Amino acid sequence: MKLAGKAWKFGADIDTDAIIPARYLNTSDPKELAQHCMEDADPEFAQKVSPGDVIVADKNFGCGSSREHAPIALKAAGVSCIIAASFARIFYRNAFNMGLPILESEEAAADVVTGEQLEIDLATGIIVNKSRNLTYKAQPVPPFMQELVAGGGLIPYVMKRLRD
Amino acid sequence: MGMTITEKILAAHAGLDRVEPGELIEVSVDFSLANDITAPIAIERFRQAGAEKLYDVSRIALVPDHFVPNKDIESAAQCQLLREFAVEHELPHYYEVGRMGIEHALLPEQGLVLPGDVVVGADSHTCTYGGLGAFATGVGSTDLAAVMITGRTWFRVPASIKFIFQGNLRPWVTGKDLILYTIGQIGVDGARYRAMEFTGPVIDQLSMDQRLTMANMAIEAGAKNGIIAPDECTRTFVEERAQRSYQFYQSDPDAQYEQVITYNVSEIEPQVALPPSPANSQPVSSLDEIPIDQVVIGSCTNGRIEDLRLAAQLLKSRKVAPRVRCLIIPATQAIYRQAMDEGLFTIFLEAEAAISTPTCGPCLGGYMGILAAGERAVATTNRNFVGRMGHPESEVYLASPAVAAASAVLGRIASPEDLD
Ligand code: SF4
Repeated sequence: MKLAGKAWKFGADIDTDAIIPARYLNTSDPKELAQHCMEDADPEFAQKVSPGDVIVADKNFGCGSSREHAPIALKAAGVSCIIAASFARIFYRNAFNMGLPILESEEAAADVVTGEQLEIDLATGIIVNKSRNLTYKAQPVPPFMQELVAGGGLIPYVMKRLRD
Repeated sequence: MGMTITEKILAAHAGLDRVEPGELIEVSVDFSLANDITAPIAIERFRQAGAEKLYDVSRIALVPDHFVPNKDIESAAQCQLLREFAVEHELPHYYEVGRMGIEHALLPEQGLVLPGDVVVGADSHTCTYGGLGAFATGVGSTDLAAVMITGRTWFRVPASIKFIFQGNLRPWVTGKDLILYTIGQIGVDGARYRAMEFTGPVIDQLSMDQRLTMANMAIEAGAKNGIIAPDECTRTFVEERAQRSYQFYQSDPDAQYEQVITYNVSEIEPQVALPPSPANSQPVSSLDEIPIDQVVIGSCTNGRIEDLRLAAQLLKSRKVAPRVRCLIIPATQAIYRQAMDEGLFTIFLEAEAAISTPTCGPCLGGYMGILAAGERAVATTNRNFVGRMGHPESEVYLASPAVAAASAVLGRIASPEDLD
């Protein structure tokens, strides 16, 4: 699966309160949540982001709470993939469980700047920076997670288990 | 080779003799929970999966605590969804307003989570129960839905970091100060994907309330779980509460740790974590004069009876500074009752503090104490991220109930030693 989009660069330790502030958690409606996506990190992000865009961040993206509203808001805002030097544990699980692809790449996190066009091959973990003709390598996704994603996320996986 | 307490609990629940860090395992879950923010999505996923029954209705708690008593129409609708699901499935552990408490204070208090358990909760501070010697960790709503259906989940076995606390605690230094100090040393991702095992003579002497405070904040260092080996203190705490059997696990002397870190607590002062990171902890005496607008004493970190007693000890015969709002939020109904019976409410009211019914409320910037732009709070909670308690330009300083109470009186961030 290949993805292409414009990069939005963020720093380290982007927490779930920055991704979707708790003051908006009185709903789990994806459209509502998308309007406030990344609001406390960049108040205009929800207006600026276009479908297919990619977030690139430094270490520990998604730290803080377990709220699935964070990946839901990102996905509903049109973000197609997140690349970070590293991810917080619960965010990592949540993203896979709901089919939001994420990749760990220190190289890309250190180099990419906002506005650059990226092309991502999820199968190989190769990220191409079209704006500067550079290639970065991401950590391969663990086989178990690939299986989850291939099956359509955790719920279909559980449904299959229920049937078997 | 030996195993750590975390590895032993996981191995037992995976039906294996031993597990190694990095191994992917599937485990049975003893108890699970969700709240009014995370349960609605879990219920939606549960239905999406076409599930009709929970694997065991007695092993899940649904606790509306974040926005209750309902703060607005939307949150009322979310709680309604929980309530209807609880009725439909005849859940014995649904906690309505008047019987509820903040989930991570309530579950240990009610004896629902026990030593040796594997507990998963759709809330990141589920790691609190590590204070009892359980493996407890936060997951998302989809993960929780899968647990509701199957009673099982998967984990990658975490490597463990052992923390040894030695020396003698200085006056006014609590479990909260130790964990703030620790996070300050290792950083917000210093224990990412790891188990934090808190050990040493100082931990042995800590009360259960303070152990729960320490384990509560393991997630703030990125940890999968925090854990303290159970002992006599644990036994006394769980004996009168447990309604099912439980098991004490201990790390083997030759268990493998990725890192062993020793702190001499004799050198640790009461700590304050400056915004916007729990890792920005500093000794309170090193801070300049920082005026404050609000103090919050409560939350799953520090809303237990010992925390309220500590605050009362300092607020007794004193008054909250004229321009400061001091909010005191007992974490559960039982704690509320006990604080009242012990006369703490008289002290708080005479000090001109406000006392709230149990709720997460201001801790996550929900309601009941939201900050305006430019306002500053000292809170006994666990997160001081940008906008956590209100406006993105407001600030939260994390501290113990002792530092929070002293700050309320002096109207600035202060040490209890600054009170005359
Ligand atoms: S008190 Fe705060 S940290 Fe604890 S469960 Fe509630 S919102 Fe989360």
